[in-house]
Amino acid sequence: MTGVNFAISETGGIVVCTNEGNADLGTSLPKLHIACMGIEKIIPKLEDLSIFTRLLARSATGQPITTYTTHYHAPVRDGEMHIVIVDNGRSEILANEKYIKSLQCIRCGACINTCPIYRRSGGYSYGYTIPGPIGSTLGASHDIKKNYTLPFACSLCASCTNICPVKVDLHEQLYLHRQDVVSAGLLGKTKHRALKIATFVMKYPFLMDLSGKIARKIVPMLPRSLIYSKYNIWGKNRELPKFPKKSFKELYKERQNELKK
Amino acid sequence: MNSKNSILESIKKAKLKPTPRPTLEIEHVEYENKDEQFSTVLKSVGGLASWIKSGESIENFIENNYDNLGTIATNLNLDITHIKINDIDDPHFLKDTDLSVIKGEFAVAENGAVWVREKNNKNRAIYFIARKLLILVPKGEIVDSMHEAYKRIDFKDGGFGTFISGPSKTADIEQALVIVAHGAIECKVLFV
Repeated sequence: MTGVNFAISETGGIVVCTNEGNADLGTSLPKLHIACMGIEKIIPKLEDLSIFTRLLARSATGQPITTYTTHYHAPVRDGEMHIVIVDNGRSEILANEKYIKSLQCIRCGACINTCPIYRRSGGYSYGYTIPGPIGSTLGASHDIKKNYTLPFACSLCASCTNICPVKVDLHEQLYLHRQDVVSAGLLGKTKHRALKIATFVMKYPFLMDLSGKIARKIVPMLPRSLIYSKYNIWGKNRELPKFPKKSFKELYKERQNELKK
Repeated sequence: MNSKNSILESIKKAKLKPTPRPTLEIEHVEYENKDEQFSTVLKSVGGLASWIKSGESIENFIENNYDNLGTIATNLNLDITHIKINDIDDPHFLKDTDLSVIKGEFAVAENGAVWVREKNNKNRAIYFIARKLLILVPKGEIVDSMHEAYKRIDFKDGGFGTFISGPSKTADIEQALVIVAHGAIECKVLFV
């Protein structure tokens, strides 16, 4: 059994790209080859492969082409070849303008290799089968209830969007998914309330300054059991930083005054 | 409704706007010396390109370039002890092949790949199971880029074809490219 990198509408064949030769050997010895692919793998013409075969390896490992780029239009001698085409939620993405570009993905891995988060944590640490920024948007599209945390595990730095060879608007999709998570009521109540309060406070600079001042005075005096109560989800596995005496704004003003002198 | 129709129905429901097929109007790369470019790139992906010298036979080349060879498998009529790939019924018997001598149609200068499409070969496993590959390409059969390559390829009569660029490798672990995985450990391209 293999996956499929590209399926060619014009010729009715499939292309599997590997560096190892594992898929190639695996399809050459047995009599039966079953290839599974999503509907978005289909490209119109054979000549279009000239673009895609160049893009794929260059964007993945920086190689000029994968070691093996194998074109299947028939089974092995006396054998059988079956191509299974699945939808599995893709047509829903196709109908959704916000996420349609995620179907352009050629699975090169450039986004995961550039992502400051996935570069550190590796492939499967976030639970969805497809790793990386593209997996975070596809996972959320596929089952937002199960994967609602994925769009938040992102700093929106846009490195993935900049590097994507097929121009998937990755960080923008993750930003939109966050809004879907909130509208679907999937964000935890505590986090939802905390964000509501924060929004209110940040709307009024005076309130923001005041609450900062109070927090800097009071929080260091509070007992640990109160600060790290069950409502402080952030503090579950993390220590709060030491509270400074003055805010950035106060320090900045002081400095400006000093410079004037 | 069968699953094919239900997929097609839901695609129709997406109401996609028809988009014209984009045309490619870019100048593709061209090399002054295609042979040199091919040789350089193939070397960078772990392979080796050679040109047969005048008076040298393929048999001479094999004798001079390989030591302690065991089984050689090929469909060519070589004057050297070998097994015929097409005489083997079960491709698993090819597993002890040390060197496989195959024919490539043309080489691609930009990426060190060779297009292999031997329509009469009965065991495609030989491309991936042999320890070492020797691909014979006719001298001068070399194109600049994949854009030119696909102009030379068609699948009107179906079948199988593969681009091979150097020996097998893997980058699955820590994104570091390591040469030698499931396929050949060595890949030489000989222009004859």
